[in-house]
Amino acid sequence: MRFLVRRLGFLLVALWAALTLNFFIPRLMPGNPAESMMARFRGHVNPAALHALEVAFGIGGHQSLVTAYFEYLGNTLRGNLGISTSYFPLSVTSVILKALPWSLGLVGLSTVVGFLIGTAVGAIAAWRRGGKMDSVLPPTFIVISAFPYFWVGLLAIWLFAVTLNWFPILGGYSETAVEQWSWPFAGDVLTHAILPAFTIVITSIGGWILTMRNNMITVVAEDYVKMARAKGLKNQRILWQYAGRNAMLPSLTGFAMSLGFVISGAILVEYVFNYPGLGFMLLQAVQTEDYPLMQALFLLITVAVLLAIFVSDIVTAILDPRTRVRA
Amino acid sequence: MSRLRPLTRALLGAWRFLRRDKKALVGSIILLVLLVVATFPSWFAHDNPAAEIYTPGAGLSWHHLLGTTSFGQDVYSQLIYGARQSVFIALIVGAFCTVVSVAVGITAAYSGGLIDDTLSLVTDVVLVIPTFPLIIVITAYVKSASFWLLVAVLVFTGWSYGARQLRVQALSLRNRDYLLAARARGESSWYVITVELIPPMTSLIVANFLSAALYAVLAASALQFIGLGNINTESWGTMLYWAENNEALQTGLPLWALAPGLAIALLGSALALLNYAFDEVANPALRPVSVKKMKKRMRKLGASA
Repeated sequence: MRFLVRRLGFLLVALWAALTLNFFIPRLMPGNPAESMMARFRGHVNPAALHALEVAFGIGGHQSLVTAYFEYLGNTLRGNLGISTSYFPLSVTSVILKALPWSLGLVGLSTVVGFLIGTAVGAIAAWRRGGKMDSVLPPTFIVISAFPYFWVGLLAIWLFAVTLNWFPILGGYSETAVEQWSWPFAGDVLTHAILPAFTIVITSIGGWILTMRNNMITVVAEDYVKMARAKGLKNQRILWQYAGRNAMLPSLTGFAMSLGFVISGAILVEYVFNYPGLGFMLLQAVQTEDYPLMQALFLLITVAVLLAIFVSDIVTAILDPRTRVRA
Repeated sequence: MSRLRPLTRALLGAWRFLRRDKKALVGSIILLVLLVVATFPSWFAHDNPAAEIYTPGAGLSWHHLLGTTSFGQDVYSQLIYGARQSVFIALIVGAFCTVVSVAVGITAAYSGGLIDDTLSLVTDVVLVIPTFPLIIVITAYVKSASFWLLVAVLVFTGWSYGARQLRVQALSLRNRDYLLAARARGESSWYVITVELIPPMTSLIVANFLSAALYAVLAASALQFIGLGNINTESWGTMLYWAENNEALQTGLPLWALAPGLAIALLGSALALLNYAFDEVANPALRPVSVKKMKKRMRKLGASA
């Protein structure tokens, strides 16, 4: 229980830090970029919406910083994130909701696939220490994970889309396709998702392999693994049921931690492939100077990562009583 | 003479380490070559990288080893001159991140109590906030980020992982007998930290430098690629930016986009390989075992039994 309260407290502190950063960054920047954006708005938006924006960016002048800050916090907590300038007059929330499923599908699925494959490979590599797989796969993927995500994406486009013509180059679905629930459309979405997903999996897998391999090496030396061997249990059973299960615990915590990295990479992958998710939208917002949308996306991504970390902390605590005591 | 000895010993140690570990050897050679290229680009390329004076979109030839861009610039020359920013950003950001990590991590572990709680909390918060979106938001307001602003932003977002790791190791060292003895002798905190506490942590500190440098290379080139760096300077990231914006891949100039990416990948791999090797130094359990040697040892054991 104490553990839960501590983690919840941390979640709140981190959330507050993200909100505060979001509030102060535009104010600290030289040349007041928010001011120029507001100039474009005047006369196009109703006064209430204009006021909300002024508060969010801390301009308008007739308020103290402290009042503005608390009004901003209140607005954000109520889910009032303002109006998108590039998708005017849509609200930021409605714009984001359109992009969210694309990112959840692409990033979520490829992260899970990368985690599963990486963990399995890492476990087997450590189990057959010094074997063929152990001396080839981990170093190879360490090198690959040092490649820029976006470049791997460009390489994939050039090889599989431009040269071999196996997959479409850009987008989440064909321009001619109608967005609806149907088999042809689902297939269309799938063929567009394969290359970006492949890019994310191949670049993120190295981290999982390394973490799992390192944990596994420590766990395999434990007495209970020797005990299992002495009992004459089958190798497969010791590998997965005894050693693997325990070695996976730190990976699980790492899973949430690395989510931030994966999302960073995914932003670039979406950008390279023009994939209609949150990352592509974030960079479009940057290019069109749609600051309300940009800030809301930053918040949303942060909240998602923080929640994922919180959930994985809880799951780890349920699976591993030691973490409960240590905290 | 006596002043030289620690240096010679360090060099000898490094040489032995490189000879034993092929990953470290490959990593250092690549890094060294790139460092030379970054420092003296004019030794390797004669064309002005910015000059738009050649036939646009030319293929490979003796004059243009990697062809030209669709603006008529020499791709090879851009590649050589672009090394400077990427390599220097890696080294500078790596160094600053390491300094901050060491300062925060060791202060937290050494002081304990409220200071430790506060510093750990700050570290953890910075650690969990997704860095890349944050960097994008910061640089988006500035439009074209200068070199030093880029460095500042990358250090601000990149120190926390190292600080956390160093704190954990310093905590485990803090109550060892030799440190308690130094304190009992009445040595100052500064002496205990710099002479007794930091030296045993060297390999972890080096590993942290390498991973911070790797992070800087990838993040900086990504920012430049999406046009948030200064798009008028020579760097691998900006090359990719121009190549992507002119659809180099689709218009038959793949090298324009693939070459700078490969260069970033090369620099990144060098850092990652060195990091992997240092992990094995810091944690002997991870060192590679040779199956042949192990079998030999087993046979010996079996024979003596």
